[in-house]
Amino acid sequence: MSAVILRIATKYLSPVLLIVSLVLLLRGHNDPGGGFIGGLLAASGLALQALAYGSARARRLLRYDPRTFIGGGLLLALSSGIPALLSGEPWLKGYWWKPELPLLGALPLGTPLWFDIGIYFTVIGFTLTIVFALAEHDEREEY
Amino acid sequence: MESLLPILLILIAAAFAPLLQRVPGRVAGWGLALLPGAFFIHFLTLLPAVQNGGERLFTLPWIPTLGISLSFRFEGLSLLFALLVLGVGALVLVYAGGYLAGHARRGRFFSFMLLFMASMLGVVLADNLLLLFVFWEMTSIASYLLIGFYTDKEKSRRSALQALLVTGFGGLALLAGIILTGVAGGSYDIAALLSSEEALRTHGLYLPALLLILLGAFTKSAQVPFHFWLPGAMAAPAPVSAYLHSATMVKAGVYLLARLNPVFGGTEEWHYLLTLAGGATMVIGAFLAAPQTDLKRLLAYSTVSALGMLVMLIGLSTDLAAKAAMVFLVVHSLYKGALFMVAGVIDHQAGSRDVRELHGLARVMPFTAAAAFLAALSMTGFPPLLGFIGKELMYEAKMQAPSASVFLLVAGVLANAVNIAVALIVGMRPFVGRKPVRPGRAHEGPVSLWLGPLLLGLGGLVFGLFPSLIGRTLIEPAVQSVRAEHVDVALKLWHGINPVLMLSLLTIVVGVLMFLLRLRARRVAAELRVPELLLPGGLYRRVVDALPGAAGRMVRHVQSGYLRAYLFTILVVFILLAGYTFLKLPGWPIDTGFGDVSFYSVGLVVLMIAATIMVLVARTRLVAIAALGVIGFGIAAIYVIYSAPDLAITQILVETLTVLIFLFVIRHLPRFGVRSSVPTQLRDAVVAVFSGIVVTLYSLKASGVQLDTAISTFFAENSLPAAFGRNVVNVILVDFRAMDTLGEVTVLAVAAIGVYAMMKLRRGNGRVS
Repeated sequence: MSAVILRIATKYLSPVLLIVSLVLLLRGHNDPGGGFIGGLLAASGLALQALAYGSARARRLLRYDPRTFIGGGLLLALSSGIPALLSGEPWLKGYWWKPELPLLGALPLGTPLWFDIGIYFTVIGFTLTIVFALAEHDEREEY
Repeated sequence: MESLLPILLILIAAAFAPLLQRVPGRVAGWGLALLPGAFFIHFLTLLPAVQNGGERLFTLPWIPTLGISLSFRFEGLSLLFALLVLGVGALVLVYAGGYLAGHARRGRFFSFMLLFMASMLGVVLADNLLLLFVFWEMTSIASYLLIGFYTDKEKSRRSALQALLVTGFGGLALLAGIILTGVAGGSYDIAALLSSEEALRTHGLYLPALLLILLGAFTKSAQVPFHFWLPGAMAAPAPVSAYLHSATMVKAGVYLLARLNPVFGGTEEWHYLLTLAGGATMVIGAFLAAPQTDLKRLLAYSTVSALGMLVMLIGLSTDLAAKAAMVFLVVHSLYKGALFMVAGVIDHQAGSRDVRELHGLARVMPFTAAAAFLAALSMTGFPPLLGFIGKELMYEAKMQAPSASVFLLVAGVLANAVNIAVALIVGMRPFVGRKPVRPGRAHEGPVSLWLGPLLLGLGGLVFGLFPSLIGRTLIEPAVQSVRAEHVDVALKLWHGINPVLMLSLLTIVVGVLMFLLRLRARRVAAELRVPELLLPGGLYRRVVDALPGAAGRMVRHVQSGYLRAYLFTILVVFILLAGYTFLKLPGWPIDTGFGDVSFYSVGLVVLMIAATIMVLVARTRLVAIAALGVIGFGIAAIYVIYSAPDLAITQILVETLTVLIFLFVIRHLPRFGVRSSVPTQLRDAVVAVFSGIVVTLYSLKASGVQLDTAISTFFAENSLPAAFGRNVVNVILVDFRAMDTLGEVTVLAVAAIGVYAMMKLRRGNGRVS
C-alpha cells in the first residue's frame, strides 16, 4: 500500500478521533454522544490505522486483543449494577456520587457513566474484532 | 434441614472428589463412604419421627411466582428410599474404592457417584414436583456420565447416550405431566396435591397428565417397551450397575408412582396401565434373561423383570400389594446390589463374566462366595431369607387382586421361576464344580471388594430371621405414604401351610428345573431369535442412525449459505406477517396528512430516490457502494432535520465504518454484475416492492396513531431530576433501559465472535489458524 495521502491523513486524524471519542463518551449524559457513539468513533480511528498501516500496527496501538475489550466491556457494564444490588435496589439502578473537588466543583460520577464506559469498550472490541478479522484475511491472501 | 443438608454436603464432596486422585483408591473409598454412612445412621435415628404418618416439612422460596419452592418432605416413603440410597451408597463407595483402585480417573468416578447420590437423595426427599424433576434429570445426567465412564470404549459411549436419550425423553414427558398436574391440581407441592386429589382425578387433564407422568416413570424404571437401555447400561463399571442400575436410580420411577399413588391412584386407568405395563415387563424381562450368558446381562434383565413386579404391585392398589411392593423393594435392593457387586468381583478377580467359563470359585474366593450364596438364596425366595417373605406377600397380593388374579399368578410364578434360575446361575454356578480354569489367577479380593456384598447378603438373612426389625419401623410408614392411610405391617416368616406356601414351593421347583434345563433353553432361545427390528431396541437404533442424515438434509435445505436466500426468506415472512397484521388493524384508511414539509426534506428525499435508482443501474461495484452511501447520509441528514442528533451521529459513523470495512473486502468479491435469470429478478423485485410498501404503510400509520404519551413524557420529565442527564436518549440507554442496552451489546459481542470464527476457520482444514 502506498497511499500517502491516506497515511498522512491517518497520522493526524486518528488521535483526534480518539480524543473526540472520549469527549463524546463523557459528555453523553447531557449532550449528543455516549458510549455507543464514542466507541464507534474510537473504533473508526483505529480501523483507519489498520487500513493505512496494516492491522499489526493497529493491534499494537490497542495493546490487547479486541476480544478482550468485548469481554472487559461487558463485565464493566454488568458490574455497574452491583452497587444497586448491594443496597437492595433493583439491579442496574443508577447510583451517583458527587465529590466536591477544588476548582472543579461537584463532579458528577455515577454508575450510568460506569455502564457507559463498559458499552464504549464493548463497541470498540466488537467493531475491531470484525475489522481485524477481515483485514488479516486480506493480508494473508496478499503476502 | 435434615433433607437439604445431606444433599448439599454430598454435592460439595462431589465437587472436591476429583482431588482424591492423589489418594490411593481404597483409602478414598473408605473415606468418602463415611459421609453417606454418617447420614445413614443419622436418618436411622429419625425413624421414630415418621411413625404413624409423622412428617417434617422444610421449605425455602425459590421461584415463588412460578410456584417452585425448595420444599422437602421427610416421611415414611422418603425415608425408606433415602436409607437405601445412603446405605447401599456407602457400601458401594467402599467397593468402588477397591474396584477402581488403580484407575487413572477414579477421582472423577467418585465425583460422579456422589453427584448421583445427592441427586437421588433430592428425588426422594423433594416435595415440590418441579424440584423433584430437577433432581430427576440430574440423576439421568449422572447416570450418563457413569455409564460412559470408560470413554475409550465405543460401546460405553453409545450405551450412555442411549440411556440418556431414553430417560431424557421420558424426563421431558414427565415435565409436561408435572405442569399439567400443577394446572389441574392447583399446586406443585405433593403435600398440597394430597388434599386436592379428588378434584385432580375428575379434572379433564387427569388422563393426559397421568400418561405423561407414566411415560417418565416407565422410561426411568425400564418398563417395556423402554427396557432396552438398562442391559445396555451394563457397560458401566460394576459399582455403577450395583448402585444406579439395580438398587436406586431405576427405582426412581417406582418411587414416583408410589409417591403419587394417593394423588393419581385408585382410578381404572391407573390400575390397568400399571398392572399391564408392569406385568408385561415382568414376563418379558424374565423371558429375555433366560438365554443370557453374561453375568451382568443376566442380572440386568432380571432387574427389568423385578421392576415390572414393583410397578404391577403399585398398580394393584391394595393395602397388601403396597406392603408387598415395599418389602420387595428392600429385598431386591439388598440381593441385586450384592449380586452386581459379586459379578464385578468375579470379573475383576477371575477375568471373565461368562457363566460358561466360571466354576469352582468358592475354593479361592470364600467371602465373595458366601455373599453370593446369601444374596442368591434371598433372590430365590428361600426361607428363612427376607426374599421368602417378599415373595409370599407378593403371591398373597396377587391372589387377592381385584381382577385377573389367575393371570397375574401364572405370570408371577413364571417370572419368579426364571429369577430363581438366574439366581442359581449367577450366585451358585460360578462358585461350585471343578476347579477354576486358571486357578493361579483367580483369588479373593481385598476387604473392600467383598464387604459390601457380604453385608447386603447378611441383611437379607437377618431381616428374614427377624422381620420385625424392619416391619413396623421402616415398612409401615412407607406403606402409609403409599396408601395415605394407616396399614398395619407385622411381618412374619412363617404363615403356616397355605396356598401361598404351595405356590412358593411350586415356583422353586419350576425354577430349579429351569436352571437344570438352561442349556437347552439357551439353544431354543437362539433359534427363536426375534428379528431385531421388531424389538424396541432395534427401532431405537434405526431412529438414532437415521437422525444425522435427516438433520443434514434439513440443514442443506434451510441453511443454503447464500445471503440472498436468507434475505428472501426474512422479507417474505415479514411481508406476510406484518402485512396480515396491518390488514387487521382498525382505522383504515390511514392518515395521509403530511403537515409541514420543509424544502430541505423534499430535496433530500429526491436525492435519496435518485441514489436508489443509481444503485440498481450501477455498472461497477464502487458506484453502487457510493450510491448506497448517499442514501445512508441522506437518512442521517433527515435525523438532523428532525432534531435527533444522537441518531444522526450514529448513522454517520456506521456509514463510515461500512465504507472502511468494505475497503477491506472489495478485492475478494467476485466480478460485479447481474447473474440471476429474469424470472428470479422479477421475483426479487416483487418482494422488494412489497416490503417497501409494508414499511411505508406502517410509517404512515404510526404517524397517525396517537400513542399513549405517558412513557415519553415520563422519560423527558425525569431525565434531569432523577437521572441527572439532559440528553434524554442517552439517559434512556444507560439508565432507564440499561438492561435493554446490555442485551443489545451482548448480541453485538456474540455477532463479533461469529464473524471472527467464520473468518479464522479457513475453508477446508477446519482449524483456527
